[in-house]
Amino acid sequence: MGQAAAKANGKHTAEAGKEELLQYYRDMLLIRRFEERAGQLYGMGLIGGFCHLYIGQEAVVVGMQAALKEGDQVITAYRDHGHMLAAGMTANGVMAELTGRSGGYSKGKGGSMHMFSIEKAFYGGHGIVGAQVSLGTGLAFANYYRGDGKVCLTYFGDGAANQGQVYESFNMAALWKLPVVYIVENNQYAMGTSIQRSSSETHLYKRGVSFNIPGEEVDGMDVIAVREAGKRAVERARAGEGPYLLEMKTYRYRGHSMSDPAKYRTKEEVEEQKAKHDPIEHVKKLLIDAGHATEDGLKEIDRDIRGVVSASAEFAQESPEPDPSELLTDVYIDA
Amino acid sequence: MTQILMPALSPTMEEGNLAKWLVKVGDKIEPGQVIAEIETDKATMEVEAVDEGTVTELLVQEGAQGVKVNTPIAVLDGAVAAAPPRQETKQAEKPAAREKATKQEQPTRISTPTPQPEVEAPAGTQTLKLTVRDALRDAMAEEMRRDESVFLMGEEVAQYQGAYKVSRGLLDEFGPKRVVDTPITEHGFAGLGVGAAMAGLKPIVEFMTWNFGMQAIDHIINSAAKTLYMSGGQIKSSIVFRGPNGAAARVAAQHSQDYSSWYSHIPGLIVIAPYDAADAKGLLKAAIRNPNPVVFLEHEMLYGVEFEVPDVPDWIVPIGKAKVRRVGANVTITAHSRMVGLALKAAEQLAEQGIDAEVIDLRTLRPLDSATIIESVKKTNRIVTVEEGWAQSGVGAEIAARVTSEAFDYLDAPPTRVHQVDAPLAYAANLEALALPNVDKIVDAVKAVTYR
Ligand SMILES: Cc1ncc(C[n+]2csc(CCOP(=O)(O)OP(=O)(O)O)c2C)c(N)n1
Ligand SMILES: [Mg+2]
Repeated sequence: MGQAAAKANGKHTAEAGKEELLQYYRDMLLIRRFEERAGQLYGMGLIGGFCHLYIGQEAVVVGMQAALKEGDQVITAYRDHGHMLAAGMTANGVMAELTGRSGGYSKGKGGSMHMFSIEKAFYGGHGIVGAQVSLGTGLAFANYYRGDGKVCLTYFGDGAANQGQVYESFNMAALWKLPVVYIVENNQYAMGTSIQRSSSETHLYKRGVSFNIPGEEVDGMDVIAVREAGKRAVERARAGEGPYLLEMKTYRYRGHSMSDPAKYRTKEEVEEQKAKHDPIEHVKKLLIDAGHATEDGLKEIDRDIRGVVSASAEFAQESPEPDPSELLTDVYIDA
Repeated sequence: MTQILMPALSPTMEEGNLAKWLVKVGDKIEPGQVIAEIETDKATMEVEAVDEGTVTELLVQEGAQGVKVNTPIAVLDGAVAAAPPRQETKQAEKPAAREKATKQEQPTRISTPTPQPEVEAPAGTQTLKLTVRDALRDAMAEEMRRDESVFLMGEEVAQYQGAYKVSRGLLDEFGPKRVVDTPITEHGFAGLGVGAAMAGLKPIVEFMTWNFGMQAIDHIINSAAKTLYMSGGQIKSSIVFRGPNGAAARVAAQHSQDYSSWYSHIPGLIVIAPYDAADAKGLLKAAIRNPNPVVFLEHEMLYGVEFEVPDVPDWIVPIGKAKVRRVGANVTITAHSRMVGLALKAAEQLAEQGIDAEVIDLRTLRPLDSATIIESVKKTNRIVTVEEGWAQSGVGAEIAARVTSEAFDYLDAPPTRVHQVDAPLAYAANLEALALPNVDKIVDAVKAVTYR
C-alpha cells in the first residue's frame, strides 16, 4: 500500500484459531452483557447523567486489543466502557464508577465518561468531543521521546472527525512520525446527525491524505478484519514509520445516550444491522461452523459472563458512595 | 418471584405511558429481551427484562398513561435471579444521602496544594544582574539539565530562538527532541503537551502570547486541571504553560489581554505571575518541578528589564507566597506582574506626601496568599488592589471579597480597585494610556482610601 489512502480489498482472508475465536467471543459478549446491565441499572435510577452504551461496536475494541502489546496505551471519548473492559479493567470497577461509588475506577468522581487505569494503560474516558485525539497524540509523543517502543491507540467518532484539533494532531503526528494509530469508529451517527449530513467527505479513512497518513476502511463488525488491520497499523507505528488511520465501519444499536429516542433512523435500519451484521453472532457462527464449539458450550460461556456482570452490578450497589471528605481531595497533588 | 418496575429512561423522567406490551402472561423471557414499549413526552423507548423467568402477571395495562417510575408493572416467576433488583431499598436511601452531601458545609475553602518550604537566600548571598528574559531562560535550562523528562515546545522556540528570545540557546544545548518547534496549532500542541504529561513527561508549553493560548484553553482547563480529580487521583499532569500575558504596547485589543483572573478561577491550576527576575527564575523552576499544571504569566514589557538575582546554584522561590516589597503603615497595595513596578513608584510618590504604603507582590495568584494580605490590612486598615485586567470578576474583586469577609472590622475604608477601564484595549496611544492602570491612578486611589 502506498502513502495515500487505500481501501482494503474485499473480505479478510486471515484465519483465527479456536482459542482466539473463543477469546474474542467471550470478550465481546462481556461488553454486550455489561452494557445491557448498565442500561438496566440506569432504568432503575442507579446510574445517572449521561451513559453511552457500546452495544453493536464490540468487534472494534476487541479486535484492536488483539493487535496490541502489554504497555501500549489506549485513549477514547465518553463511549468508553467497552474499551476499558477490552483493556482488562474489571467489570466491578467500571460498574461501580457508573453508579458513582467509591469502588469505581475514579472513586465515583468521574462517572461513565471519565475513567482511567494507569495499570492497564487506559488513559480515559474524555467528555470533550475530539480532545482525546490531541491527548493521545501526546501519549504517543511520550513514547517517541522515550523511545520505549510503545504505541498509542487513539479512538474517536465520526462526529469527532470534524473537530479541528484532530487535524492539528494528524499534522504533528505525521511530521514527527509519532507511534499513534488513529481509529475512527464510524457508527454513522453523531448523536442525531448522520455522517451524510455532517461530512463533505464521508469516507473518513481518506481524512489523513493531506498529512500523508495512510488510511484504510475496515469492516468494524468483523473482529478478525479489525485485528488484521490493527496489526498492520500498529506494526507500522511501532517501527517508527508514523501514524495510521483506520476507519471502522460499525453501528451502535442503542441511542446516543440513554435518553435518546433515536427518531433520526428507522427501526428497520437497526434491525437489519442486528440481524445481518452482528459481530458476536458472526464469531458464534465461525465457532460452530468450524466445530470449535456447540450451542450448549456457548450458552455455558454466556452463563459465566452473566455471573461476572451480575457480580459487578451487585458490587456497584454495595460499594458505598464516596466519603464526603473526598469532595476536596485530588484537586492538587502536594508538592 | 420478581417484580419488574417502570424504568427511568432519562435523568429527568418521572412518569411515562405504557404504550405496548411485547410479552404476555406465560411467556418465558430472557435477560435483555425487549418486553414493552414506553412513551414519554420526548420519546418512545424499549424496556428490557433484567432477569430470566416466566411472566405471571401484567400489573399495568397496555395504553396506561402517567405510570410513575419504579411502579411495579409486571411479575416474573423467576428462575435464578442472579442479582435481585434492589432498587427499592437503594432508592429510599438515596435522597437521604444526597441531602447529607448538600448539607455538608460548602467549601468557601479554596483548594490549595500544601505550600512548599520557603527557601531564602542566605545572608551575604551575592547577586547577579539579569534580565527577566535571561532569568526565565536560565530557569528552563537548569531544569532541563536536571531532569531528562523536561522539554520545551511552542511556536518559534527552537531555531528562531523564541519569538521574544526567551529560549535563546536552548536548541543548541538540548537538541530538537527537547526543544520542539511546533506548527501554529495551539489547541493541538497544548493537548499534545497534556497527553505527554499524562504519560509522565514534564512539558513546558510556550504560547507566543497568552492571547493565542485562548485557542487552547479547553485543554488547559478540561484536560490538565480537571483530570486528576476526575480520575480519583490517578492521572497527573505536571505541565507548565507559559508566555507573555497582558498588554504590550500599541498592539490593540486582540493582542493585549490579561488572563490573570481567567485562570485563577480554576481549581486544579496553579497560577503564577512574577514581577522581577529573581522571582521569574525561582518561580519558574518551582513550577517546572511542581506535579500540578501551572499557568505561568510573564510580561513582555518586563522581559528586557534587569534585576538582581541571587547567585546560588539552585534558586527556588516557593509557590503560594506573596512578597512584601515595601513595608508601610498607612495603606496596603497589592499588585502582580508589571503592576508591581507601578505600585512601588506610586508608593515613593506617596511617601513624599506623608503616606506610608505597604506594597505586596502577589507573585502567585492561585493559591493566593490571603494570610499575607489579611495580616497587612489588619495593620494598615486600608487596601488598594492593582491589576492590568478588567475589574469585573477580577483579581482585585477576589481580594476585596476576602478582605471584607476576613478583616471587615479592621477596615477604615472600602477596598478599592485600580484596573483597566471596561473596554477592549485601544490602539491609539492616548486611549491606550487612558485605559491602563498607571502611577497616578494608584496614587489617587490611595488618597481616596486614606481620605486625603
Ligand atoms: C466539544 C464538544 N461538542 C459537543 C459535545 C456534545 N456531544 C457529545 S457526544 C456528541 C456526538 C459525537 O458523535 P461521534 O463523535 O460520532 O461519537 P459517538 O457518540 O457516535 O460514539 C456531541 C455533539 C461535546 N461533548 N463536546
Ligand atoms: Mg458516531
